[in-house]
Amino acid sequence: MAIEVRIPTILRTYTGGEKAVTADGASLGALIDSLEADHPGIKERLVEDKNGTVDLRRFINIYVNDEDVRFIGGLDAELSDGDQVVVLPAVAGGAGDPAQLPAH
Amino acid sequence: MLTIDQATYDAIVAHAKRDHPVEACGIVAGPEGSDRPERLVEMVNAAGSPTFYEYDSTDLLELYKDLDRRDEEPVVIYHSHSATEAYPSVTDIKLASEPGAHYVLVSTREHGNNDGPVEFRSYRIVDGVVTEEEVAVVPTLTRSES
Repeated sequence: MAIEVRIPTILRTYTGGEKAVTADGASLGALIDSLEADHPGIKERLVEDKNGTVDLRRFINIYVNDEDVRFIGGLDAELSDGDQVVVLPAVAGGAGDPAQLPAH
Repeated sequence: MLTIDQATYDAIVAHAKRDHPVEACGIVAGPEGSDRPERLVEMVNAAGSPTFYEYDSTDLLELYKDLDRRDEEPVVIYHSHSATEAYPSVTDIKLASEPGAHYVLVSTREHGNNDGPVEFRSYRIVDGVVTEEEVAVVPTLTRSES
């Protein structure tokens, strides 16, 4: 199974500068583990431990075939051969209260 | 240094004033590697907040697909602060994810929706380090200015 994953600029330090890499997995969680095996360190930038459960980081967006994975099961989202996965960090900020932000 | 044309500068300021007190946000795209802010794209602040901005996740994907198709990148990423100075907040620094972009901050705290000068400042934000840079507003971008 081969799934193309588009990597944003800020994470290309993990992929030797590559804009897109190939990974595999039947779910998004498995795909991220496959990415981690080839590009150590990248997983930590995509997911975080929330009270004992691993979940997508709040300010990371991942899309499968243009669908935000938050609406299709998150890390349990199912993947098939040929799916297109895009990773994009949120464009966000503001004057606001930094205490409301999760630890980075 | 950020070199930006007067019309784009004015459009960013107008957007910030129009959306005040909500934070306005958007980008100015340019050809990859050119450092030329050529095409203003106003974005919707999905948070609709006076202290926070975030692009809607669908808008974000559409934006980056469009940039990809056009061989562009975000040269400027701008947003406004409506009650505080035009300096990156802790949140701004923590969430900055385009090390190649000019982060423009506009403060509308002085005049809100009304006419009058605003603070318009530009920064690089790389690995949590903020470096302010000069802003040069030119009548039009020419080939030599990049």
